[in-house]
Amino acid sequence: MEKRELTCIGCPLGCSITVTLENGEIKDVSGYTCKRGHDYARKEVTNPTRIVTSTVRLTGSTTGAAVVSCKTAQDIPKGKIFEIVAALRQVTAHAPVKIGDVLLADAAGTGVDIVATKNVQ
Amino acid sequence: MYDIIIIGAGVTGCAVARYLSRYEGRMLVLEKAEDVCCGTSKANSAIVHAGFDAAHGSLMAKMNLEGNLMMPQLAKDLDFAFKMNGSLVVCMSEEDLPKLRALYENGVKNGVKELEIVDAKRLHELEPNVSKNAVAALWAPTGGIVCPFNLTIALAENAFDNGVEFQFNTEVTGFTWEDGYWTIHTNHGDFESRYVINAAGVYSDVLHNMVSTRKLHITPRRGDYCLLDKNTGSFVSHTIFQLPGKLGKGVLVSPTVHGNTIVGPTAIDIEDREGTNTTAEGLNDLIEKAGATVENLPIRQTITSFAGLRAHEDHHEFVIGEAEGAQQFIDCAGIESPGLTSSPAIGLHVSELMRNLMGLKEKEHFIATRRGVLDPKTLSKEDYQKLIREKPAYGQIICRCEQVTEGEILDAIHRPLGAKSLDGVKRRTRAGMGRCQAGFCSPRVMEILARELHVEQSEITKCGGASRLIVGTNKDKLGEVQDK
Amino acid sequence: MRYDIVIIGGGPAGLSAAIAAYDAGCRSILILERDVQLGGILNQCIHNGFGLHTFGEELTGPEYAARYITQALDRKIEYKLNTMVLSISEDKHITAVNREEGLIEIDARAIILTMGCRERSRGALNIPGYRPAGIYSAGTAQRLVNMEGFMPGRRVVILGSGDIGLIMARRMTLEGAKVLVVAELLPYSGGLKRNIVQCLNDFDIPLKLSHTVVNIEGKERVSGITIAEVGPDRKPIPGTEIHYDCDTLLLSCGLIPENELSRGMGVDISPVTNGPVVDESLQTSIPGVFAAGNVLHVHDLVDYVSEEAAAAGRAAVRYLSQGETAERHEIPVTFEGGIRYTVPASIDPKLVADDLVLRFRVGGVMKKRVVKLLLDGDAVLTRKRPVMAPGEMEELKLTKDMLDAHPSLTRIHITVEEA
Repeated sequence: MEKRELTCIGCPLGCSITVTLENGEIKDVSGYTCKRGHDYARKEVTNPTRIVTSTVRLTGSTTGAAVVSCKTAQDIPKGKIFEIVAALRQVTAHAPVKIGDVLLADAAGTGVDIVATKNVQ
Repeated sequence: MYDIIIIGAGVTGCAVARYLSRYEGRMLVLEKAEDVCCGTSKANSAIVHAGFDAAHGSLMAKMNLEGNLMMPQLAKDLDFAFKMNGSLVVCMSEEDLPKLRALYENGVKNGVKELEIVDAKRLHELEPNVSKNAVAALWAPTGGIVCPFNLTIALAENAFDNGVEFQFNTEVTGFTWEDGYWTIHTNHGDFESRYVINAAGVYSDVLHNMVSTRKLHITPRRGDYCLLDKNTGSFVSHTIFQLPGKLGKGVLVSPTVHGNTIVGPTAIDIEDREGTNTTAEGLNDLIEKAGATVENLPIRQTITSFAGLRAHEDHHEFVIGEAEGAQQFIDCAGIESPGLTSSPAIGLHVSELMRNLMGLKEKEHFIATRRGVLDPKTLSKEDYQKLIREKPAYGQIICRCEQVTEGEILDAIHRPLGAKSLDGVKRRTRAGMGRCQAGFCSPRVMEILARELHVEQSEITKCGGASRLIVGTNKDKLGEVQDK
Repeated sequence: MRYDIVIIGGGPAGLSAAIAAYDAGCRSILILERDVQLGGILNQCIHNGFGLHTFGEELTGPEYAARYITQALDRKIEYKLNTMVLSISEDKHITAVNREEGLIEIDARAIILTMGCRERSRGALNIPGYRPAGIYSAGTAQRLVNMEGFMPGRRVVILGSGDIGLIMARRMTLEGAKVLVVAELLPYSGGLKRNIVQCLNDFDIPLKLSHTVVNIEGKERVSGITIAEVGPDRKPIPGTEIHYDCDTLLLSCGLIPENELSRGMGVDISPVTNGPVVDESLQTSIPGVFAAGNVLHVHDLVDYVSEEAAAAGRAAVRYLSQGETAERHEIPVTFEGGIRYTVPASIDPKLVADDLVLRFRVGGVMKKRVVKLLLDGDAVLTRKRPVMAPGEMEELKLTKDMLDAHPSLTRIHITVEEA
C-alpha cells in the first residue's frame, strides 16, 4: 500500500487529495471536493505530464537576439523534464525562426518535438 | 614622482584636487573603489548647511560657513544641481526654546546671515506639513540642498580637465618615508610623491596612524535613510531639522534637488568601516522619529532605503593640516557632516596651505568651469528637437521613471572619468534612481555599457569589484549547482 | 499629427483595444509603444498557460502576443515603436519622443491608457541589509533569462509567491540554478495553485508562508539571505531566522499600475487599485480618456486583459460617434463582505451598450461564500464560491436584460456572504 499526497490545481481551493495505490493500481482517492479533482488526482498519479518551455541559443538574428523561446509541442512525461532541458543545451537555432518551427525533433526520445514559440528575424 | 598624491576620491579628495589643479604640479588621486563618490559622499543627507550648528570658533564652523557661501557660484561654474531652499529647525516644546535661542546665537556668532526665530504661525505658513505641536523654529534662508554625486563628480572632472590624474581600484596599504618623499604602497604597486593628502574618509585615521605620532580615532557612524517617490516632492519645501531635545538628536525631512523627499539619518556607531547595511531597527527608529516633526509623512512612498557612514572623529572636529611627526603628510580627516557643505572651503583652504608649503605656481590656463551631462529635459522643445536630429540617441528613453535618454548615458560613459558600472551611470544620469529602482532599465544600461566599453555583458558590474550582475548563460551549468 | 484614437502602450491591452476599435469602425488609430516590439511583457513570459479562455488552447506569452500582433498588422493599424510618451495634457495633446522623429506632438480625440504595470522594488519593501548586485525583481530576471539568455545567479532565494516569482523559480531551475526557497509574507500564496504545484512542488522547492527576508548579506554580490517567520502583525519573530548561502534574491512582491502619465494629465486614481477610477465605459474622470488592462487594475490572466481592453476600444469608438454625454446618471457600485474594489466603480445603465463584466477582488482568503449582485435590492445574480482569495480576480456579468428589468435603478450592490 502506497499513499500519495497531492494538491489539486483545478481551482484556488487547492484540495489536499490522497491517492492510495497498491502495486501501481489506484485503490482509493480521497480529499477531493469535485469531479475535476478526482480526475486530476488519477492522472497525476498514473501518468503526470507537463509542457516544458525554455530557450535555445540563436545565431544570425538581425535584431541581435541571442536566444529564442521554445516549448514541447505536446506534454511530455513529468520525469523527462530534465532530459528534455539537457537535450536543448546542444541545440542552436538559426534566424529567422517562426512560431511552430521544429528546433529539435523527438526530444529525449519522447517522440515530442521542440518548437519555437516566437517569430525572430 | 608626483608632487602631490591625494588618497580618496570622495567629495573632500575631489575638492582638494580641484582647487589644487589651479597650480602647476604633477598630481594624482588614488581611490580604492572603481569610481569617484563611492563612500560617505554618495550616502548622506545632501544638505548644504547654513552653518548655525557647528560650535563657534571651531574649524568646522569656519569651513561650513565658507563652503555655504561658495556653493552657489561653484554650482554655476561646475554645473551641478543646487538649490537654496532654506532650512528650519523645529522646536517641539516650550521648555526647549532656550536651546533654539542658543542655536540662533551660535549661528549669528558663526556669521550666518538672515537667521530668524519664527513662531508657530509663521512656521506653519512656511511649512504647512510641520507638526501642529511645533512651537517655534529657527529659520535659515541660506540653507540649501545639493546633488552630492554631481558635486563630487564635477569637482573630479574639473580637476581631471586641469591635469590631475586619477587611479581607481587602488587601495593604499602602507607608507615609507625616505629622502624627503613618501612611497605609497598599494595593491597596484608603489607610488612616490613629495606630499600626501589623506582624504580617506572613514579610513583617514587608519592612514594617519600609519605615519603619525599623535593617534587619531574615527568611528564609522552609520546613518540610515529613506528616499521617497517624487510624487512627494511638495511634502516639504524647506529642510526640516529637529531641535535636539528629549527625543535625542532627531532626523531631518527634506526635499532633494531632484524632487524626491529624503528622511534621515539615524546615528548608530559601528565598527565595520564598510558596514553600510541598513537594519530593521534603524529604519523603524528613523520612521518613528521623522513622524514627530511632520504630519502624515508619506513613508509608504519610500522607493529605496540606504545607509551611509560618517567619519566621526572623537572630538567632532575636522582634522586638517600636517600630521604630527609625519612631515609632508596632510590630513583631511574626520570630515563628517557638514563635510559636504564644507568641501569647497576645505579644498580651497588645503590648496592654499599646499601653495604656501610647496611654493606652488598658479597655472596660466586654468579651466574654471565644467559642463555636466546634458539633460534634455532642461531644453526648450525646439532645442531638444535639434539635439535629437544631431544625436538620435537623445530620442531614446532608457530609464522610464527618470526619463533618461541613451544620449545622456553615452555622455556619462564617454566623458572624462566616465561611468564603468551601473551605479556609475546612475550617479551621473539618474538612470535607475526612480521609482522602479532600475527594474526596467538595468538590462538596457548593461547592454549599452558592454557595447560602449567593448566588453562582454557578463563583465558589467553594479559597482565594480565582485559586483557582477550576470553569472553565466542559460544551461551553462545544468546539473552542476547542487546543495552545499 | 491628429488621430481619432491614440493608444498608450502596445502590450496585450493596447493591441486588443486597437483591434476592437478598428472592428467597431474607427480607421484613425495609433499605438505608441516604448519597447522595440509590440506585445509588451508577454514577450518575456515564455511559459504556457495563456489563451485558454480566448483561444481554447494553451499558448506561451509570445504566441499569445503574436496572435494579436498579426490581427493588428492585418488591419494595418498604425504604431510607433521605441516611442516614449513624455506627457499627456488634459485636452488630449500627447508629447512623445523617439530617435527617428524626435519630439512628436499628437492631438487625439480619444485616448486609451494601456501602460501596464511595474513590479514593487526592494526599496519599496524596505528590506534591511546591504545593497549588493544580485537582487532582481522577478520580471527583470525573467527578461535576462528568457530574452537575453543570461543567468542572473546560481543559488536563488525568492521573496514573494506572486505568479512571476513562482514561474521564475521553475525557469531558473530548468536553466541550471538552484532555487533554495520561496518565502511569502502572507499566510497564503498570491499565486495560482497550478503554479505552486508545477513550479515549486515538481522541483521540491519549499514554499515558506508567513516568512520574510530580514537581512541581505554581501557587500558586492549577494552572499547570503536570512528569512524569518512573521507573526500575525507581519513582524519577524525573533529566533525563527533561517540563513541561506546564495548569490541571488528575486522579488515577486506585487505589481503596481504605471499611472504616472495618467496622474500627470489629471485622471482620478483609486487609492485601492492604484489605477484610474472608471465608469461602465472604462472611461476615466476625463471624458474621452479610457483605461484597460493592468494599468487599470492588476489582472491574473491576460485573457481578461484582452477582453477588458476590447470593451475599452469599443467604448472609445462610441465616444467618438456620440461625443461627450451631457446628462450622466452614474450609480456607484457599492459592496460589502470583504470586497476591496470593483471595476467599473460606477455605472450609468443608459450607457451600457453590451453586457458588462464587473471585476473585483477580495481582501482575504474566505471559504464557502455566496456572491450576490443586487439591483435595487433584487438579487439578479447569485454565485456560490467555495473559496475566494485576494490573488484571484472575481467576475460578475451584469447583462443588459438585468438592467432593462430595472428601469428606475438607483442602487447597484454586491455582497459576499457566508453560504
